[in-house]
Amino acid sequence: MKGFFPTSTDGNMATEFHNLQELRHSASLANKVFIQRDYSEGTTCRFQTKFPSELESRIERTLFEDTVKTLNNFYAEAEKIGGQSYLEGCLACATAYLIFLCMETRYEKVLKKIAKYIQEQNEKIYAPRGLLITDPIERGMRVIEISIYEDRGSSGSSSGSSSVSDSTAR
Amino acid sequence: MKNCEYQQIDPRALSVSPLSAQNPAETKAQRPRRKWEAFPGKNRFFCDGRLILARQNGVLPLTLGLIVVTSGLFFAFDCPFLVEHLTVCIPVIGGLLFLFVVASLLRTSFTDPGILPRATAEEAADIERQIDTSGSSTYRPPPRTKEILINQQVVKLKYCFTCKMFRPPRTSHCSLCDNCVERFDHHCPWVGNCVGKRNYRYFYSFIISLSFLTSFIFGCVVTHITLRTQAGKSIVLAIQESPASVVELVICFFSIWSILGLSGFHTYLVASNLTTNEDIKGSWSSKRGAEESGNPYSYSNILTNCCVTLCGPMPPSLIDRRGFLAPDEGIPVASASEIELPPFTPKSEANMCTQSTKDVLERMLRSSDFHGLCPSGTPKTSPLVPEVPGAPPAAKPPVSSGCSRQLAHRAVVDPCPPFSKSIRRDSLHSINPAFRLASPSPTLSRSVLVVGDGPDVGFPPQH
Repeated sequence: MKGFFPTSTDGNMATEFHNLQELRHSASLANKVFIQRDYSEGTTCRFQTKFPSELESRIERTLFEDTVKTLNNFYAEAEKIGGQSYLEGCLACATAYLIFLCMETRYEKVLKKIAKYIQEQNEKIYAPRGLLITDPIERGMRVIEISIYEDRGSSGSSSGSSSVSDSTAR
Repeated sequence: MKNCEYQQIDPRALSVSPLSAQNPAETKAQRPRRKWEAFPGKNRFFCDGRLILARQNGVLPLTLGLIVVTSGLFFAFDCPFLVEHLTVCIPVIGGLLFLFVVASLLRTSFTDPGILPRATAEEAADIERQIDTSGSSTYRPPPRTKEILINQQVVKLKYCFTCKMFRPPRTSHCSLCDNCVERFDHHCPWVGNCVGKRNYRYFYSFIISLSFLTSFIFGCVVTHITLRTQAGKSIVLAIQESPASVVELVICFFSIWSILGLSGFHTYLVASNLTTNEDIKGSWSSKRGAEESGNPYSYSNILTNCCVTLCGPMPPSLIDRRGFLAPDEGIPVASASEIELPPFTPKSEANMCTQSTKDVLERMLRSSDFHGLCPSGTPKTSPLVPEVPGAPPAAKPPVSSGCSRQLAHRAVVDPCPPFSKSIRRDSLHSINPAFRLASPSPTLSRSVLVVGDGPDVGFPPQH
């Protein structure tokens, strides 16, 4: 248990762990929502901030939008073209790109920040509401996958018949 | 298809027990496979997944051979004379150029060009649901397109039937490699790989430096022969004294035309932020003389276009080549001995439900040990979708993939072995919703439970 939520304080850890344990014990995966990419500004990585209808009963709109906007800002920072990225590119070219063997690119650094942020969001906001965000890098940066969990006890899931819950498997 | 019945999990069965003693025969028989071994595209991998190449790479040895042979002849036959008569800088410059050319070539050939992993089953199903299809009777529905606005310009996104997703803008599917590649430029047989977002700058530096190298060698060889002729000898005699020079001259002469032409063409593409693919198809050339305003990706400033294409941030590889796959049976080895169930059979759905649920909890308890080893935040993807029922299951990366990638960077060969063996997941063809930890990493975000996907999802027939 120790270190499972490394970024939480000790006080929160127990609570969060309980939430997660309860989630796993009592919840079944009901549905997955995919937040698609927003290409209106080009090929830079942005996700749509449109609030999906399946989450209406699960989480407040503002919280969700905040998460997506923060993620978009992170990706914008990673892909920002400016002095630092040019310097990195020119230095890499000058060293015949061998410098990438020892140095971590700025993009990779930001990806780590994103992973931490998503973990934090999951712990604090999403897991207590029975939701779980998957890091977009694990889906090829195409979608933000949000998994919706339903209480096992409650048979009527709001996600409806399109979900891949146990009741449909016959 | 049996219904999965959830059993009350006995907390005592969740006790963390050491992995090492469990089923050593099974674990030995199943060496953990890396994702590149089950990669669906037509690629070849070397150095345990670190290097990627197209399957059809026939001409790459020729390219390398030509460069090495020509440069070798230059250094062996022309340089001594030129050093004697001119300056020692000549072989130095030649050497630097040669090294740069070879480094760029190898970088271009062995770098992932920006391959997009194929959509997961749930993603594909979600997309299917969003598309209005009139019945699923046709095996191949008509081509699907989606129109989006990019910088106030309408762009059509096509649906890729192989990768089961709408291709992002500027992405194209390479039929030779059977992959969707981001910012697809072209498939270069000389380089033996696709040229796409991630290796375009290497390709460009390769052709530019090669132009310089061939011009340099050509110039030096001409100087060499001229100097010999000036010493009072006839050209024929000069050539006889240095036959290798003729070989170099011929090779360089023919190369220069093609390479310089290619460099010029790509410089134009870079300046206008186009890809070869778009240029050939004429995607943005509908407005004559206003091509830059027709291209929604161009910054309408040549310098910015160049900088963005060549010096922009380096995106990460989206296919996690060195991550670990689950073994084909996909059965949790560790948990098998801990649950008091009838003898385990691979396709027993009921077993898998309880085992996997319990496995989830177990893995999370264990993840605390793991976290100390592997820092979070390494990019990982879940690239695989089973093409045919019965094919190896698509697996989500365990955290050991992140570990192995980080460790690889630090030149440690051994990834996290004991933990990786404990990470198992059920076959995707367990039709019932069995809990599977997608990526039991210490970061909660990656602990996605995947529900068994089967025909009940309404998935179209897979080809």
